[in-house]
This record gives sequence, structure tokens and C-alpha cells, in this order.
Amino acid sequence: MEVSRHWRLNKQRYSLVGEVCPHCEHKLFPPRDICPDCGEDARDLFEFSGKGSVYSFTTVSQAPAGFEESVPYTVAIVQLDEGPLVTAQLTDLGDKPVEIGTPVEMVTRKLRSDGDQGMLIYGYKFRPAFAA
Amino acid sequence: MTEAGLLKPIRDVGIVGYGAYIPRYRLPASEVARIWKDPAGVGPPGEKAVAGLDEDVITMSIEAARNAMSRATIDASSIRAVWVGSESHPYAVKPTSTVVAEAIGAVPNTQAADWEFACKAGTEAMQAAIGFVGSGMADYALSIGMDTAQGRPGDALEYTAGAGGAAFLLGPVEESLASIEVSYSFTTDTPDFFRRANEKYPVHGERFTGEPAYFKHISMAAEKIMSSTNSSPEDFSYAIFHQPNVKFPQRVAKSLGFTADQIKDGMLVSRIGNTYAGSAMVGLTAVLDVADPGERILLVSYGSGAGSDAFILTTTDQLPQRRNLALDTESYIKRRTEIDYATYARYRGKLVTK
Repeated sequence: MEVSRHWRLNKQRYSLVGEVCPHCEHKLFPPRDICPDCGEDARDLFEFSGKGSVYSFTTVSQAPAGFEESVPYTVAIVQLDEGPLVTAQLTDLGDKPVEIGTPVEMVTRKLRSDGDQGMLIYGYKFRPAFAA
Repeated sequence: MTEAGLLKPIRDVGIVGYGAYIPRYRLPASEVARIWKDPAGVGPPGEKAVAGLDEDVITMSIEAARNAMSRATIDASSIRAVWVGSESHPYAVKPTSTVVAEAIGAVPNTQAADWEFACKAGTEAMQAAIGFVGSGMADYALSIGMDTAQGRPGDALEYTAGAGGAAFLLGPVEESLASIEVSYSFTTDTPDFFRRANEKYPVHGERFTGEPAYFKHISMAAEKIMSSTNSSPEDFSYAIFHQPNVKFPQRVAKSLGFTADQIKDGMLVSRIGNTYAGSAMVGLTAVLDVADPGERILLVSYGSGAGSDAFILTTTDQLPQRRNLALDTESYIKRRTEIDYATYARYRGKLVTK
């Protein structure tokens, strides 16, 4: 059980809450309190829109512990519209192949379960953007 | 003073935001018939929505709630209740609703609870939300009906037990997309369908689920709410009834005097299945997606055990613009990937891997 570790990440995992640097407007995800761009303190919370595009991707066939049931699955580096690169699973891919540049949007999904008795862990994944 | 049994709050309440969610996978009924050697070889027409491996009532409720919030255009911190009705809460103990509340930013100044009343747990939460907002205790309350419906492999339920549902943010009528004129609940102890603790699949009373259960409760609720408001079927542009299959809502609509035209926009069961606590509610989102301002809607849910909640709603001038702020029900239905029975068995955890 690693309940506290997951609990601390609720906000960033459920709804992509990162930070924005009050000095240079740089957006940070995950939150790290120091702006990687200008080196100043950056603790103001910022909720990302969840929109972005596929920067790179790969397919996982040999999954690490806890993810065996979902193989094969696609992991991508997603470039958020606000700038940061985020690593996450892609989901709901349907029949269309993923390509670099594919527009995606964040959804909150089940990441894994901590065994049959442990907690269910939820967090962000990305799916192909709906053509609204 | 309203007529005995009718529910009418002190302050007028309406639907300020609504949102649907339906997962992308579809299992045709013919696949169920193929595996289980249905004598006719075809089974009922249509298909049902199936949740993906990483979806459950928590994740689906979050997306429906986000859609409702997009249309409501209010700050989530002003929500005072997040209530989720379902037969498929992922945890036995630990609320679905706290995860949903956290994900949409409604914490910490809010109530949160999970509701249980078979297929009407979501409309039960709506009734409570009307009271919560209508009394002035809260300005906004979120009620959700969502399910990844269970059906034993080979059981008649398996043809239709689908996945999906809807979220309704209730608030002051002045801000609403549809006003709630009045509501009513009709309840008796009728054991037509149930699932015991720690059991995976429900059992049902075969034909007993019809006459004394579904038809009686829906008819009594619909007749009472119409007679008490001096309404008749022709006063409604739309009617939505709980949809365990195609025939039941068609038959109850006809016996009450509604036409096929009045129920067609809210009839989704042949395309997404019976989404249990989501069934009547996602029918309502489909109607709100197409209704014109000033149209009257009758909504009657049914939950085994048994009871029906009935609501009379009227759409407002704000509906046409604000409904475009989130994905409509049809977009989710059209996003469709057909799967076979084996994939369905895998997605629904029916394969033993350890």
C-alpha cells in the first residue's frame, strides 16, 4: 500500500494541475515549484486545458508490474498546448493509427489497481481529440 | 399546497448543466446470440456500449460531470453536493463521488455520497438535488446516474446490459437550460431484480420484472404526475422512460397514450444498451441535445426493488446556445468501435488470468 504517495498526486493526476511561473509565465507540469526557465520560485497552481498533440509514441508489449492486463498499449510523449511535454498512456484509439502530431485530449482513467485489495489509481491519459 | 405526493420545492429549480458519457466499444446482440446458441440464432436487434479496460463508473462520471460543468459555466467551488447513483461503484466502501468531486474541483466545501436504487439511483439523486437546491440550502447540486451494467454470461440481461450515463447539475431556475416543474416518486417493495452482497451478477424474476414491476411503477408514476398537473400526453413534446430493452418503453408509452414520435429521440437502448442507472438520464441528455426552447418533457425512470421517479421539465431560451459548450450524446454514440464476444469478455473481466 502506497496510499499517501498516490493521494499527494490527486490534483495533478486527476485534472492536470501544474504550476505557472509568476515571473516569466512559463507553465510547469508536473509541478516542481522552481521555474526551469528562469530559475525563480513558481508555486501558483495552473490547470492545463488538457489539449495537446502527440510528440512521440511507442507500443508497450512487455509491461511493468501492474500494467500486464492492458498490453499491448501505447505510451506517448504529449506536447500540451501550453508547452510542457507529458508522458502518458494513449487510450480509446479505435482503428486509426497514431501519428506524430495527432491531436489528443486528456481524460481521467483508471491507471491500475494495487492488487485485488488495494486502492484503484486514477489519472490522466490522452485520447484522440473528438472532431467536435 | 400541492396535491398529496407531488414534490415541489420552495424555490424553483432547473437543470443548469448536463452531460452524457458513453464509452466507444459496441457489442452487437448477434455476438451474444452466436456464443450462447440462441435458438433463433439472432437475438434481439441492436448493440450495447461496453466500457474499455481503463473505464469504470468513476472515470465515466468524471467525464459526464465535466460536460455538465462546461454547459453550466459556473465555478465548481460553488457546488454543494456531488451525488453518484450506480449499481457498479468500483469500491464496495469508498465513495465514487469523492473522486468525481476532486476531479472537477468541487472539493472541499461539498457533500458527496453514492446512491443505490438499482436503475433509478441517478434520478433518486436528482430528486434529492431538487430538495437541496429548492430549499435554499445550496445553489448547485450535481446528480449523476452511471453504470457499467452487469449481466451474467448467457443470461437474457447480457444482450442489453450496457455502459454509460449522464450528469445533471441542478441549480436556480433563472440560470437553467430546462426548468423542473414538478416531480413525483412511486415506491413499493417489489423484488423483481436484485444482486446480493459480494455477488458479481444480478438475478431477476423473468416475467415478474414486467407487469407488477416495470409497467406498474412507471404507469402509476406517469399517470399521477400528469393527472396532478392536469396534463395529458399531447402536452409533451418528448417522453423518456427507463429502457431495459426496446419493447418495454415502447409498450408503456403506448399504453399511457404517447406516440412513437414523442419517445424516439430519447430511445437509445438499441444503440447503447440498458445503461441501468444511466438509462433514463442519458435519454434525457439526447432529448436536451435536440429540443427547442419552451418544449415540455416527461421523464420517468424505473429502478428494481422497486420504484419510479417522474419529472416534468420545460426547456428554456438558454438551451440552444449553452448546449454547444460540450459534446452531445450523439457524438458519443457515433464514436463506435465494434468488438467481438472475446474482446468483450476480456474488457469486462470475464477471463480468469490468475
